[in-house]
Amino acid sequence: MNTALIIPLLAAAIQSGTPILFATLGEILTEKSGVLNLGVEGMMITGALAAFVTAQLTGQPALAFLIAGLVGAAVGGIHAVVCLWFLGNQVVSGLALTIFGLGLANYLGTPLIGQSAPGFSKLAVPFLHRLPVLGPVLFQQDVLVYVAILLVPLLWFFLEKSRWGLHLRAVGEHPEAAAAAGIGVLRYRWIGILGGGALVGFGGAYLSLAYTHLWTNGLSAGRGWIAVALVIFAFWRPGRALLGAYLFGGVMAFQLRLQAVGTHLPSSLLLMLPYGLTVAVLVFASWRNQQTAAPAALGINIEPND
Amino acid sequence: MPSINAYRRQEPGPWSSCLVFLAAVVLSLAVSALMLKLQGKPALKGIELLFQGALGSRWSIEDCLIKAIPIFLCSLGVAIAFRLQIWNIGAEGQFALGAIGATWAALTFPEQPWFVLLPLMALLAFISGGLWGLIPALLKLRMRANEIIVTLMLNYIAILFLDYLVYGRWKDPSSFGFPMTPTFSASAIVPKIAGTELNWGLAVCLVCGLAMWIFFRFTRMGFELKVSGENIQATRYAGLPYEKLVCFVMIVSGGLAGLAGFLEASATINRLQPSIMVGYGYTAIVVAWLARLNPLTIGIASFLLAALRVGVENLQLELQVPAAFGGIMEGMILLTVLAGSFFNEFGFRIRRRS
Repeated sequence: MNTALIIPLLAAAIQSGTPILFATLGEILTEKSGVLNLGVEGMMITGALAAFVTAQLTGQPALAFLIAGLVGAAVGGIHAVVCLWFLGNQVVSGLALTIFGLGLANYLGTPLIGQSAPGFSKLAVPFLHRLPVLGPVLFQQDVLVYVAILLVPLLWFFLEKSRWGLHLRAVGEHPEAAAAAGIGVLRYRWIGILGGGALVGFGGAYLSLAYTHLWTNGLSAGRGWIAVALVIFAFWRPGRALLGAYLFGGVMAFQLRLQAVGTHLPSSLLLMLPYGLTVAVLVFASWRNQQTAAPAALGINIEPND
Repeated sequence: MPSINAYRRQEPGPWSSCLVFLAAVVLSLAVSALMLKLQGKPALKGIELLFQGALGSRWSIEDCLIKAIPIFLCSLGVAIAFRLQIWNIGAEGQFALGAIGATWAALTFPEQPWFVLLPLMALLAFISGGLWGLIPALLKLRMRANEIIVTLMLNYIAILFLDYLVYGRWKDPSSFGFPMTPTFSASAIVPKIAGTELNWGLAVCLVCGLAMWIFFRFTRMGFELKVSGENIQATRYAGLPYEKLVCFVMIVSGGLAGLAGFLEASATINRLQPSIMVGYGYTAIVVAWLARLNPLTIGIASFLLAALRVGVENLQLELQVPAAFGGIMEGMILLTVLAGSFFNEFGFRIRRRS
């Protein structure tokens, strides 16, 4: 392979990795507060639809992107109500949220299939885009790619360096101790769920506004689930999430290129690649990590004390 | 200021789970009506069509029962795994593998008489579904890989594998390019119950349901499983074979979903084609949880969610409502039941704060 093939591939890898990065960062934030939300796929697709519809109606992609965040948070809010107020099982609630979200987006999206909406297009960063290799790979992308990259240090700073982040992590590790220290445990879990939902919604918006400008049902195609797996792969660390997301973006882009070039391999076998890789990556990370990096109270509801 | 405090109840309140379920259905219907309004469809008429389509005639009730068969079998499988707190989300993929296994037998030995071929198809379906379920179990036990994600990814892979077969290797040369296998030979088709549209898959459900009930009620292993599911720590102390239980549970769970795939391919569509995958495996999770993992109530809940599917088909026909409508309702019902079970487990007392 020569550079003429590799450079577009790397650029495409970053593009297809970006929605997964948004979603993975979102789920990290949620899980750090001790809440497991398996509704990522559902929040992502409703975010994608909300962005698409807003962009169609207003012609303003930036507004559409923000609306997708709000909708992602709102759908996440259902999970918060069920698990934080009514102490529903987090695994089942997340699954139900995915079923609900996929149903909602496919229901409302069916009349829109094949339509297009204004979205984000690629722009060249002055000077930097002329750099060899790095220029075309990194500096000729749409603005959301940079937003996603910027979110990585921001989330890291929030979780590791800020007081709120410290409280949020305390709630995810030892809710009783946190409550005893006067931290409003439920409030931080709300923040984790809503904030995470917004980031996942952004990921959805990336799919319908930048990755493609066309609506098709099932646009998320399992990316939400891949994000859930990547959280484990990333050991709940934003930096490693970036690595994982781009790795998956690479595999997805590679697989699309292979289909376009027309190999002898049937497309259904090529499409298995990202899902197979998810299993491989998860197995590897779990085996290395022995799951000690997970927040100690992940998935455990906080019961009202009487 | 008086405040309301929640406390954990010793026993669930009587009738409360029925009430919760009813409330969930009513709330979901209200949301669905709103959804219909959103797309400019008549809401009340829509709800009426939903009920009428599902329960309005003998034909439609038979259709509900036919659709309840795969849901029931998958759900029984999901429930046995959930009992041990193994989150098997993979019924959909195990169903696909079962259909593939059965189809292989049907296409390879079409000349065999039915009393040889049908049991062989069922056996292969059970084995392929069961082995597909065993993969996440082994990865969980050996590598601590989260079974939720592994089973889910295996769903995508299984469905793509099914596509690969029917678009390529197994494609009927006389299908004008449609991705489907040839129609099964007569001896590979589960027959109908005389005088009805129902097929003998219903009997398979009865046998499996009864076997499950007996297993939990009367066998040592069933008892161990129940105990382990309630307290995994205790399992270790009591020296129960946790690893063996996990493998067993996942094989049975996948096997039952595989059987559902066999019945769907053989009795309902008489061949293998991509449209066999309509999400029964996911509906099964909703059913299992609604039914609180109990075989008898799984039967009832399977029928109800099958009825929802049949009703939505009628809506599709009459009002051109997209099929995804059913997914919204399934998700809503499960979410509200989850929230509502709070009222089973907790009581309230009002307190005066000074």
